[in-house]
Amino acid sequence: MLWSSSMTEPQTIIDKLWNAHEILRRDDGESLLWVDRHYVHEGSFHAFAKLTERGVRVAEPGLTFGVADHYVPTRGSRHDIADPEIARMVRQVEDNTAKFGIKLFGIDDPRQGIVHVVGPEQGLTLPGLLIVCGDSHTSTHGALGAYAFGIGASEVAHVLMTQTIWQKKPKRMRLTIDGATAPGISAKDIILAVIAQIGADGANGCALEFAGSAIRALSIEGRLTLCNMSIEAGARCGMVAPDAAAIAYLQGRPYAPKGAKFDQAVEAWSKLITDDGAIFDRDISLDAKTIAPIVTWGTSPQDALPIDASVPDPACEANAERAKYLRDALDYMGIAPGKKLSEIAIDRVFIGSCTNARIEDLRAAAAVLAGRISKVPGLVSAGSTVVKRLAEEEGLDRIFRDAGLEWGESGCSMCVGINGDIVAPGERCASTTNRNFRGRQGPGARTHLMSPAMVAAAAVNGHLADVRPLLAGRKT
Amino acid sequence: MDKFTSSTGAACPIEQSNLNTDQILPARYLKWTRAMGIGKVLFHDLRFDAEGKEKPDFPLNKPAWRNAKIIIGARNFGCGSSREAAVYALYDYGIRCVIAPSFGDIFSGNAVQNGVLTAIISDEEAFEIMGALKRTPELLVTVELERQTIVCGNRTYHFAIDPVRRMRLLNGWDDIALTENYGDRITAFKERDQRERAWAFPRVD
Repeated sequence: MLWSSSMTEPQTIIDKLWNAHEILRRDDGESLLWVDRHYVHEGSFHAFAKLTERGVRVAEPGLTFGVADHYVPTRGSRHDIADPEIARMVRQVEDNTAKFGIKLFGIDDPRQGIVHVVGPEQGLTLPGLLIVCGDSHTSTHGALGAYAFGIGASEVAHVLMTQTIWQKKPKRMRLTIDGATAPGISAKDIILAVIAQIGADGANGCALEFAGSAIRALSIEGRLTLCNMSIEAGARCGMVAPDAAAIAYLQGRPYAPKGAKFDQAVEAWSKLITDDGAIFDRDISLDAKTIAPIVTWGTSPQDALPIDASVPDPACEANAERAKYLRDALDYMGIAPGKKLSEIAIDRVFIGSCTNARIEDLRAAAAVLAGRISKVPGLVSAGSTVVKRLAEEEGLDRIFRDAGLEWGESGCSMCVGINGDIVAPGERCASTTNRNFRGRQGPGARTHLMSPAMVAAAAVNGHLADVRPLLAGRKT
Repeated sequence: MDKFTSSTGAACPIEQSNLNTDQILPARYLKWTRAMGIGKVLFHDLRFDAEGKEKPDFPLNKPAWRNAKIIIGARNFGCGSSREAAVYALYDYGIRCVIAPSFGDIFSGNAVQNGVLTAIISDEEAFEIMGALKRTPELLVTVELERQTIVCGNRTYHFAIDPVRRMRLLNGWDDIALTENYGDRITAFKERDQRERAWAFPRVD
């Protein structure tokens, strides 16, 4: 019996996932966990170098999958990469995966895309798995009921060499969101509302289960957005218990189990829920109907407010430390204290990233942009090449192009800017991404995070704006 | 792995909360290997302006703190991206210890892997130490891991650290060598898992 048993005391989904992967626990409390999937990308080169240094092989190449995502060009030619350093990064992941016998979804593969989009899309990410990757947004995969977290280069090397990882069991935290969200509210609004409430370190040291009727009502794509940003609240990982929607999403995907194995999997997944009466170390809740469309105004994802609000005024802040924080953030962002969010003009938009570039995200943005013109330039970069092709079949690329936006290739692109696609110094970008850190989208770039529909609304208006009036009479 | 037992040196206060790894090492330097001198670009965009000139106001640019071995930070230091190169940059610059009220989870894990101590104190204590350092920038601070103490002027503070991380830092253990001792347990786990969770193993192309 892997997960639950009526003989034992009630367990959370976190306990069940943990127990299913614990090879041993040392007296000091550290556990050695089995890793079911390990995703690598261009940035994993430090770890491969460690293997070469020790002259060892990858322990489980069949459980390791590579993608080219962080450095691949997303505008212009994919092959004549002008910057030799960027070209070297793309070549390096090809060389490293070939050398160590790892399957790669490389730049020319029709399945290429952002690792956190490709994993679920290919059916590599499954409920009940423990998944690691040298990228903090690995928390994304928890949307399907996996225990998934980002690791550093030394840990990547350890997993490559042993297919295991040392961890101390984190605190268990549950965030319950009940009720129905208002029309026009997306998973991005929910997670930004959560981070604004609990803070960028609100879930530090915790594994976080998202529960409640508003969460169950989300599509798998919405749950992927939600879990993606659990790291922005400091959580080790985020997860949603797998349900019929998860099973329907996975059935028939290329790497998902087939036939009798799929039936066995579904049987196992059905037990992967938090038992009634199970105890969490922290348990908080939020009312879904209070959530409005949200945008960030500052330099941390916790600096988030409903679109009808105004940015804070440091002069009205009693706490001197907090006042300084507000002043610094507004100064970097180039926004006057107390300014209405809906009056903040933007210079460009970006629709992309592991947070919000799946097909439903592109549909949501296209539903707003159809028949309208963007007042600012912008780039749309699908989360995977599969998503890109599907969007083209649906004619979404035409809608974006007709609106005046650039339809690019798939990759991490302007979210992190290391492929050369950056926001210019001082420019203000409405972005579907996950981090509004200083310089995240390029040195001096100013980022406002929001949902794809809200980015589309900002594009149409030329300033931050509530999407809801633009949705009137439209099918979304 | 490098050991950490104690460190004495200049300590640089950086007051910004949520100081994320993008600030510690901007993403455009992630393609650098360590041999290229990653310590030189530590806190690059906070330390230097667009022309590459030092920003005199950034604490690490002040004469007393240029050669700091210790950083006193604010809440949620090192949040954000999992880039271990942020720790390489700190280490290669000469930083051996970061003291703060809380840390990004992945960052503090990466720090241990590289012999960098992340010492946890309260908000009030961090504020107090930063105040002392701003009044007397040349004050040397001593951090001792065995006793979990920070000595700053005539004050001694006690810091928290996960006991496992403490032992690893004190001993400089190599994780991989440790894990290899459990090779039989890992093999047995995998064999049982392949029987009981056959669905969890993907097809081979």
